[in-house]
Amino acid sequence: MTAFLIRRLLQAIVVLLLVTVITFILLRAIPGNVAIAILGPAAYRNPQAIAQFNAQYGFNKPWYSQYLLWLGHLLQGNLGYSWNLNQSVASLLGSHLPKTIALVGISTAIAIAVAIPVGLWQAVKRNTIIDYAFTSFSFLFYAAPSFFIGTVLILVFADKLQWFAAEAPQGNLWNDLTDWHAMTLPVLTLTLVTLALFSRYMRSAVLDNITEDFVRTARAKGVPRRRILFRHVLRNSLIPIATLVGLSLPGIMSGALITESVFNYQGMGYLFFQQANKQDYPTLLGIVVVVAVATIIGSLIADVLYAILDPRVRYVSA
Amino acid sequence: MTITQAAPGAVPATKPRSLLLRGLDVFVENKLAIVGLIVLVLIVCFSFFGPMLYHTNQINTDLAIENQPPAAGHPLGTDPSGYDILGRLMIAGQTSLEIGFAAAVMATCIGTLWGAVAGYFGGIVDTVMMRVVDAMLSIPTLFLALVAVAMFPRTKLTLILVIAVTSWLTTSRLIRGEALSLRIRDYVQAMRVMGGGGGRAVFRHIAPNAVGTIVVNATFQVADAILTVVALSYLGLGISPPGTDWGGMLNAGVQNIYNNYWWQVYPAGLAIIFVVISINFIGDALRDAFEVRLQQR
Repeated sequence: MTAFLIRRLLQAIVVLLLVTVITFILLRAIPGNVAIAILGPAAYRNPQAIAQFNAQYGFNKPWYSQYLLWLGHLLQGNLGYSWNLNQSVASLLGSHLPKTIALVGISTAIAIAVAIPVGLWQAVKRNTIIDYAFTSFSFLFYAAPSFFIGTVLILVFADKLQWFAAEAPQGNLWNDLTDWHAMTLPVLTLTLVTLALFSRYMRSAVLDNITEDFVRTARAKGVPRRRILFRHVLRNSLIPIATLVGLSLPGIMSGALITESVFNYQGMGYLFFQQANKQDYPTLLGIVVVVAVATIIGSLIADVLYAILDPRVRYVSA
Repeated sequence: MTITQAAPGAVPATKPRSLLLRGLDVFVENKLAIVGLIVLVLIVCFSFFGPMLYHTNQINTDLAIENQPPAAGHPLGTDPSGYDILGRLMIAGQTSLEIGFAAAVMATCIGTLWGAVAGYFGGIVDTVMMRVVDAMLSIPTLFLALVAVAMFPRTKLTLILVIAVTSWLTTSRLIRGEALSLRIRDYVQAMRVMGGGGGRAVFRHIAPNAVGTIVVNATFQVADAILTVVALSYLGLGISPPGTDWGGMLNAGVQNIYNNYWWQVYPAGLAIIFVVISINFIGDALRDAFEVRLQQR
């Protein structure tokens, strides 16, 4: 187990380094001149100012030494400085990250809490009208783009029924968590998208387990049906769900970017979208690194959980 | 009760049916897939042949007729620029479908090549190639695509390239797994012992077994690519006006969301849902069709 942990940890570090290299190269490949973007078009007549800017921020160095410089700063906890917003990336993340964590955390938690019983129920009642109803429901929300779901929710619940606000809360985090008049629709949008994915997986995980030998043995021993379902089938079906949650974080983040744009919610996805067109490299790099770290840690935890929860998996020899 | 049993080693009276036909039988059994196929064909015909029958001006804006609700002249109303929505739905469909299909084909090719090379060579090559995949997978696709799309002028071709380059990752993982397991299968080894060459191994054993994975995966890729392209155009990064796609139409509709102009939102949204669900149904049935155990011999 220790060997597995160390190997897995090293692998995570390598992947993280690759993420930073890929993102750095990709961002530098965007045409355009940072100096012009920051100093304004008038700087074209003033090559001296451009040269001074480039020297000040290290843009006159080759890309690999710029990368190493940035990486060195990152290791010291310095994420860089956004010239566009005139603020350090750390403080930008400090104000935007908690909002995204709140949105993604709450909606993922609700999605999991609903998907597990629904998937279990569907598998037990498989090929009945209930199963078909939920399957079509999850297909519908799986196929619907998140911005369409968000837009329809606004049309129905904000415009027509006027139950909720069409725009997300604009204040601080505390405001978000208390203002459910404005927070409900963004959370609902992201929940519906995630729920569709999770309940489909849960249904098939339960169906896989129901045909396992240990279920037949338990049934043969005369264990009550309810106990088989909750003690044997449910517990084993939760294992793949744990892995799925870790792996689907990037997908949920894409959904969060769209949801935040639809509802004008000042989270990290919204910030990324706003800065993507403005060549604000430090901010974009910072956000990608944060998301990648979260994903890599998520899948690391999922893998370790898998090894702990499922004794059939022997990682020691691997 | 009589049990009829063929003598051991008896030659079947008729020639065994081909793999393709047996797969087709399983596919046709799936009612949802047939419905999906019909809906998809109808939407493709609607998008590509519709404009020949239903003539609208989709080039010049006409602000005199902006935001009109559905009425006799414009069955689905008009959008904020005065374009007829029914006609716009057709040309938008062309863009979404073309980009979706082309990007999926390209992503499948890249992914298959990457995965097959990694799985075939194994060792350090495999490790390095798959870590690159891991790294790219931990960046959300939309984040990658947003940055990549900023690099190029926004035409169909560049959108296809950007989506293909950001969505081949899961394919490569699947194909690598397939290549790893097929390489050491007993029947491949046995065939080699009997004197079969590498070509026979690849074409008679490995390719037919991996082709299922490739085709099924490519089908789901089309659905995902359509969803990515509509997401990009919804964010205002689709092809430049007057061209549009279904995501771009939704973007235009959202400008007037507070006026409750529902006719600008539902047509494009429903078109996306119908196409994506249809493709998913077809993909599910294809997966069954390639599953040899389900085939009747």
